[in-house]
Order: sequence, then structure tokens, then C-alpha cells
Amino acid sequence: MNKPAASPAAARRAPNPAHLALLPMALTALVVYLGSMLWSLRISMSSSRSLPMQDFVGLAQYQRLFANERWLHSLHNLALYTPLFIAASLVVGFLLAVLVDRQARAGGLLRAVFLYPYALSFIATGLIWQWLLNPELGIQQAVHGWGFAGFRFDWLVDQDRVIYTLVIATVWQGAGLVMAILLAGLRAIDADILRAARLDGVPAWRIHVSIVIPMLGFSFATAALLLLTAAVKLYDAVIAMTQGGPGTASEVPAKFIMDHLFGRANIALASAGATIMVLTAVALLAPLLYARRRALRASR
Amino acid sequence: MAAVSVRNLRVALGGQPVIEALDLEVADGEFLVLLGPSGCGKSTLLNAMAGLLEVSGGSIEIDGVDQTWASPRDRNIGMVFQSYALYPNMSVANNLSFGLRARGMPRAQVEERVQRAAALLQLEPLLARKPAQLSGGQRQRVAIGRALVRDARVFLLDEPLSNLDANLRASLRRELKLLHQRLGATMIYVTHDQVEALTLASRIAVLHKGRIQQLGTPAEVYARPANRFVAGFMGSPPMNFLEGTLTMNGGVPHFTAPGCEFELRDCDFGAAAPMAGEAVVLGVRPEQLRIAAPAAWSGVVTLVEPMGNHQVVWLECGGASWSVLAGSDARHQRGERLPLALATGSICLFRADDGTLRGVTA
Ligand SMILES: Nc1ncnc2c1ncn2[C@@H]1O[C@H](COP(=O)(O)OP(=O)(O)O)[C@@H](O)[C@H]1O
Ligand SMILES: [Mg+2]
Repeated sequence: MNKPAASPAAARRAPNPAHLALLPMALTALVVYLGSMLWSLRISMSSSRSLPMQDFVGLAQYQRLFANERWLHSLHNLALYTPLFIAASLVVGFLLAVLVDRQARAGGLLRAVFLYPYALSFIATGLIWQWLLNPELGIQQAVHGWGFAGFRFDWLVDQDRVIYTLVIATVWQGAGLVMAILLAGLRAIDADILRAARLDGVPAWRIHVSIVIPMLGFSFATAALLLLTAAVKLYDAVIAMTQGGPGTASEVPAKFIMDHLFGRANIALASAGATIMVLTAVALLAPLLYARRRALRASR
Repeated sequence: MAAVSVRNLRVALGGQPVIEALDLEVADGEFLVLLGPSGCGKSTLLNAMAGLLEVSGGSIEIDGVDQTWASPRDRNIGMVFQSYALYPNMSVANNLSFGLRARGMPRAQVEERVQRAAALLQLEPLLARKPAQLSGGQRQRVAIGRALVRDARVFLLDEPLSNLDANLRASLRRELKLLHQRLGATMIYVTHDQVEALTLASRIAVLHKGRIQQLGTPAEVYARPANRFVAGFMGSPPMNFLEGTLTMNGGVPHFTAPGCEFELRDCDFGAAAPMAGEAVVLGVRPEQLRIAAPAAWSGVVTLVEPMGNHQVVWLECGGASWSVLAGSDARHQRGERLPLALATGSICLFRADDGTLRGVTA
């Protein structure tokens, strides 16, 4: 009797060593992430204040949440911040990547200026930005010092503009990340394709618009994905630069959640906020993930 | 008027000189093949002609106009790259038309040119496809088409067939030759494959270490190689070599090596008369030898390679590895000693010191 040594079905049943090695990690992720998500969901349906309670109040916390002026303001700010942050990071990051790719010498400097901040905590870079943007200490003061007394740059303390200072400061890091991802994509493009386009008489800008950017579809989608998650989590930049002020002009959902978790001892409301944010993130990420997979398939 | 003339060209890459003092005249309508081993600077030379690389010295003239510093788009050159270099996100039709549209050519004219190139290369059924949906041979045809639509007078082709399998390579090779006859344009074709060079070229330039070793018709380069490098690079299996000295025997020059003395009848030594004691290397092509007595040489069989319609027999001959062609029904055993006689053709002699050609027998 000859036994079926390696039927496909048997091969599928046999444990894959790589999967085995990843199992502890996968279990941790499952228990910690999914567990805490489910726990938040449960708490968000209780009347817990500073300690978890096991009662059930339905969606009452969600009603309170969406009646809360500060929460609504946070959502509004985030909705303003996110598209600006992503778009600006992608544009600046792409231009940087092209510059770095073109000129090896300037590349070293640009890489240092935009990538090292990414390795630092935003608490550190955020503080630097806070000094720079502070009208009494930073850029405005410096320009006054040069004799332009009429110069105003006080967005950090301007209710309507403070959100843009957050965009400026965080784009610095976001662009560095985008640059790193796109640079890898750019390096993978066959130099002969660009040569062929030059020989074809295609102007440089058109080569980038019609050939390079479409070829970087997957890299762009990956970068957008990471930027989106960073935007939804926006917290430390706000803490370092504005603490949500002036007034509530730069409040963001993550800060609202942290404040209610630890400051205001209202963990049920905080959990409701966290649940909403997770759902929003998933709703936004799903189409991006889909686009990324399509871009990957197209690039094959 | 030369279609392309390159004078005293120097190109350095990353601080390293790759091409040094290169001169090349390509006549109008010629099919010139640049032949050389991988890494000898063929692509570099082609890219420099196209203006895709900055030269560090010398001049490049195309159609009588100095184009050394002209931008690639103004040189009226069509180029086919080794990796095809098609625009992956565009359809075949757009690959062909992109350059023309970018130059602002009227739509109708673009359309007409694309149709003409597509018809010439049998690309019509493929026009809507993306490069990823094409086979290697089809991609190569699109790449050629993209060079054709420009209506250039000079085409540069960088190893266009090297990524294809053997059968496809042979058939595209014939197509290319027909295309050249039909267009009458100047083609400069880079390859490391000496069969392609011999079959396609009106002239071959053999390139080695950034220098042209020899420039001539395929027959010249094959029969009178300028040096040992060219002799060894052309022909498959390559030329057989044997080190020895010149001796004079009754006023007639002889080639002498241990266990072998060979009369050089009607040998053309050029200006310098042969001197007894000159150290030389004898070169003889495998197809010029016969396994027969009276033996001029003899060798011990080390390997037999059946090739279908013939066999290549490798022998150990006076310390060198030789090959000889035998009929497909011949039976030879490893270790057997075979007599070798000179059948036809001329024998080459090279100087032992610098490897240049010393003389050729009639
Ligand atoms: N960017 C570069 N910097 C330095 N050396 C290079 C560069 N590109 C190619 N070379 C060198 O130049 C030589 C010629 O290259 P190439 O023209 O591509 O050869 P071929 O096309 O004949 O195979 C090679 O020895 C290669 O190592
Ligand atoms: Mg090459």
C-alpha cells in the first residue's frame, strides 16, 4: 500500500513553522487589542464613572456624547485637520522624495531634516514648534526684531487658525514618513523607463504626473493609510503645542477620550468616544485598503 | 555623409572612465553592431549617443549636426531598451503615442503614425492591452514601435533580444533585418551575442574595456581578427590557440611548438618580415580542423558535445583546450588520442606579448 505522501490537503493541515512562531504574537494581538476593544464597548454601555460598573444603560452614553459640545467640536476639528494633513504630507513628501532621488548630495540633508524628527517623540518636536509659533517668542518676534513691526503670525493663539498650526507642525513628520515610503517606490522604478520618456521628449513634470505617480500607486496608498491612522490618533502634538486651546479651538477626539478617562473620571463616556473613533477609522480605512490592494495587483 | 560620427569620445561613470577616446563613423543606412562582453561599456556608449549620459570629452555628430550637448529629445533618435522600458500604466496605443502627444503633434497625425507602426509590427490586436498583459516578444515589438513612431533617421537598440527565449530571438532577429531593409534607416545595435552580430551587421565594432578593438564587416572580423580578444570572442566554439615560436626552415617560416612543427605557406606578415625566434600564438578555428591523418597536431579527447546536426569534440592539445567539429555519427571516446589535420582556410598568428595580429596565411 503506498501512502499519499504529500497530498495538498495534508500539507495544508500540517502546521507551518512560520505560523507557529507567530502564534504567541497573534494571540497577544487578539487578546489585547480585540479584548480591550470589546471591553470598551461593554463599558460604553454602562453607567461607569471612575470605576467600571456592570450595569447596562444601552446607548445612553452615546446620546450624551453627541450632545457634548466639546466632543462635537473635537470631531469638527479632526474633520478639518485630517484631509489637510494627509494632502499636505503626501504633496510635500512626494516633492521631497523626488528631490532626494534626483540629487544624492542634497538628499542626505533633506533626509536628516525630515526623517530624524520622525524618530523623536512629538512631545519634543511639538515643543519646538510651540516656541517657533508662539508670537511672543518665535517667528513673529524674530521678524519684528528684523524691523518689520507690522508682521503678524499668531495663528497659535487664533481660534480660527490654530488648527492649521497643528497641520504645519505634524506635516513635518508626516512628510518625512511619506518621503521614506515613496523613495523606496521611486528607487524601484526602472531608470530606463524615465530615459525612454526623456528621449520621447516628455517634459519632466509630465513624466512625473503621467508615469511616476501612477507607478507609485501602491506606495501612495500605503502612505495614506499610515497618515490616516496617525491623524485619527492625533494627541501628543495637541498636548505639546496647544493643550486644546485657545478655548476648545484645537480639541481633538483622542484628547477628549484621554481627558475623560483620566482627568474627569468618566470612563463610560470615554469608552463611547473610543468606540466611535474605532468605527470611523475602520470605515475610512476599508476603502483605502481596497485601493491599495488594487494598486498592488495593477503593479504586478 | 555619416549618419553618426563619434570623435574622441570619453565617458566617465561615478568617477571611473568607462569609455576612453572612442572614434566611430556610422554610414547612412548602415546596420552597425556594437559587440562586446557584458560590462564593456556598450550601453554607456549608446546612452551617450542618445544624450542620456553626459560625456566628459569628445563630440557626437548626428546627420551632420554636432549634438554633443543637445537634449535627448532634439537628437531625432529612436531607442529600444534592453528591459523594454514600456510605460507600465499605459496601454500599447498610449505607449506608442505618448511621446508624440507630449510634443504637441496634432491628434490625426499621431493616430496615423501609431496605426502605421502597429501595422508594420503586427500590433493592431494588442493596442488596447497593458504591457503586463503581453508576452516578452510582444513587449519587444511595442518597444520597437515606440521608437518607430518618432520617424527617426537613427535607431539605437540596446540588446533588444537578450531577454527572449532562443526561438523567439531567432525569429525577431529576422524581423529586425527585414525591418531595416524596409526602412533604410541607420541602426546601431548593441549585443553580446556574436551570432546576432554576424547575422545582422553590415559592419561589426567589437568593443572591449571601453575601446573598439576592431571595426569591419562580419567576414573580415571573423577571418582576420585584429587581436586575440576578437579572435576568442567571435565564433562558437571559439578559436583554438597554441603558444609557440617562429622558426625559419629553408627560408620558409614555420610555427614551432613542443611536438608540432607547421609550415606557414603564403603567410602575409605585413610590413615586418618574420624573424626566427619570435614568440607567437597560433589561432585556428574549430571548423578548419579535420580529425584525420596526416596529423599536423594531435590531442586527447576530454569531452564530446552533441549538437544535433554535428558534434563538438574538445581535446587537450599541447596544454591548451581545443575544439573540433565532427559529424553527428562520429564515435569518439574520452581519453582517445585523435590526429588533427588542417582542412581549409587561413590560420592566424598573434604576437605573444600584446596579442595583436601578426600574420594570416592565405
Ligand atoms: N552608474 C555607474 N557608476 C559607475 N560605474 C558604472 C555605472 N553604470 C555602469 N558602470 C560601469 O560601467 C561599465 C559599463 O557598463 P555598461 O555600459 O552598462 O556595460 P554593457 O552595457 O556593455 O554591459 C561597467 O563596468 C559598469 O560596472
Ligand atoms: Mg548593457
